[in-house]
Amino acid sequence: MIIALIKKLGAISLLGLRGTGRMGLFLGQAFIYASTPPFKFSRVLQQIRFIGFQSILVIFLTGAFAGMVLSLQGFYTLNRFGSTALLGPMVALSLIRELGPVFSALMVTGRAGSAMTAEIGIMRITEQIDALKLMGLNPFRYLVVPRLLASIISLPLLSAIFNVVGIFGGYIIGVRLLGVGVGNYFGEMANYVDMEDVLGGIYKSLSFGVLITWVSCYKGYYTSFGAEGVSKATTQAVVLSSVLICVLDYFMTSILF
Amino acid sequence: MIEIEDLHKSFDGLKVLQGVSFQVAKGELLALIGRSGYGKSILLKHVAGLIRPDQGRVLIDGNDLGFLRGKKLEEMRSRFGFVFQNGALFDSLTVFENVAFPLKEKTKFSDHEIKKRVLSILDEVGLSGAENKYPAQISGGMVRRAALARSLVRNPEIMLFDEPTTGLDPVIGHAILNLIDSCHKRFEFTGIIVTHEIPKAFEIVQKVAMLHEGRILIVTPPQGILSSSDPVVHQFITGSIDGPIQYR
Repeated sequence: MIIALIKKLGAISLLGLRGTGRMGLFLGQAFIYASTPPFKFSRVLQQIRFIGFQSILVIFLTGAFAGMVLSLQGFYTLNRFGSTALLGPMVALSLIRELGPVFSALMVTGRAGSAMTAEIGIMRITEQIDALKLMGLNPFRYLVVPRLLASIISLPLLSAIFNVVGIFGGYIIGVRLLGVGVGNYFGEMANYVDMEDVLGGIYKSLSFGVLITWVSCYKGYYTSFGAEGVSKATTQAVVLSSVLICVLDYFMTSILF
Repeated sequence: MIEIEDLHKSFDGLKVLQGVSFQVAKGELLALIGRSGYGKSILLKHVAGLIRPDQGRVLIDGNDLGFLRGKKLEEMRSRFGFVFQNGALFDSLTVFENVAFPLKEKTKFSDHEIKKRVLSILDEVGLSGAENKYPAQISGGMVRRAALARSLVRNPEIMLFDEPTTGLDPVIGHAILNLIDSCHKRFEFTGIIVTHEIPKAFEIVQKVAMLHEGRILIVTPPQGILSSSDPVVHQFITGSIDGPIQYR
């Protein structure tokens, strides 16, 4: 009974360890192929269009409302201490250091990460990946590397758009609706927000870009058979990416700031 | 020349291949027959280097596929053409783009030259006029022909066909086999065709091999298999329910 339990635990641990190792090798291979020719610039551009450009609307909407709600909540909290003049820096720092990178990464995970897994997963189960290999082509260069590079380029830009739109949303609520002075809102923001904060946000976005592509492509590439396999892989990719974004965000915050 | 020596493969303890050995001479087309779900496609993927064996070797012109890695394996694979059971066309590309894809990626031909070659091969497989359609917009038979065109466009030395007529009506199925035959005569590739088209497929091949219970039961010219006295071969060829092959 006990031996059977130990065997089962051992088997589960080995499976987990094997999966982690395979994921690590997957990322390593992606970076090796990303840094060695031939480079597929047109495919990178296609992916920037899909991951970056086509995410702008959703980033715009979530950024605007995140900034607005932050301003609303911040105003009532700061008002208790008579510090509404600090509303601008509060909104800006929250967005630049945390919400911008995290929210934009979560939005990209939901919109583009799931699509990456589904597309690569369907290519796997319909033998399109094998067809690529039999043309003497490397599937990593065609499927993973362009998405990886596109995410690394797109995520910081999307996060920057999120921040700008969010700050403007905060301005509409804080200054236009609740009466905070426009000079206070932007003036204090300039005093309190440092380059270090901006860089921290960029580092986070870059890391999240790698993370989303890594998890999403891996789950698609090693999907199990059938429509159910692809559906399961897509769900796993979104859930795992979202959880890992939050975990990585905590550790990066504790190191960077 | 393709040489398969003592190939073994298991999946989760299930032994699929248990010592498969046979050879296909240069320019020869071999039909691989056997029961469904008993490893014919797995064997074909071993020949293409898509699956590594647990034991045994696959030799292409004397080169062991098991020892090839990275660029060398990619180069070896580019000598192959493979027609998958479902065609495996890229569904986001049109028929023309699918056929042009290997030329664009693996050759230095100009766009004009690529267009000329693609239109010529599409004409050869009877797909003129369908070049701008997506795989989802064409029939199963057209998908197989497009897959055949995509494989042949680079003039491969070795062609592997995984049940190219499965799921097609008999007329289209026979037309595909005739097309494979004419392409074989024209391009002179070495090939293996996994098929259940018995006896039609025997008209276009030089040899037939039967895979049974993980081993090659017989390798013979087509006439040999039709006159075989082996009860397993006889039952399989005639499609009889009674005999040593038990269907569950």
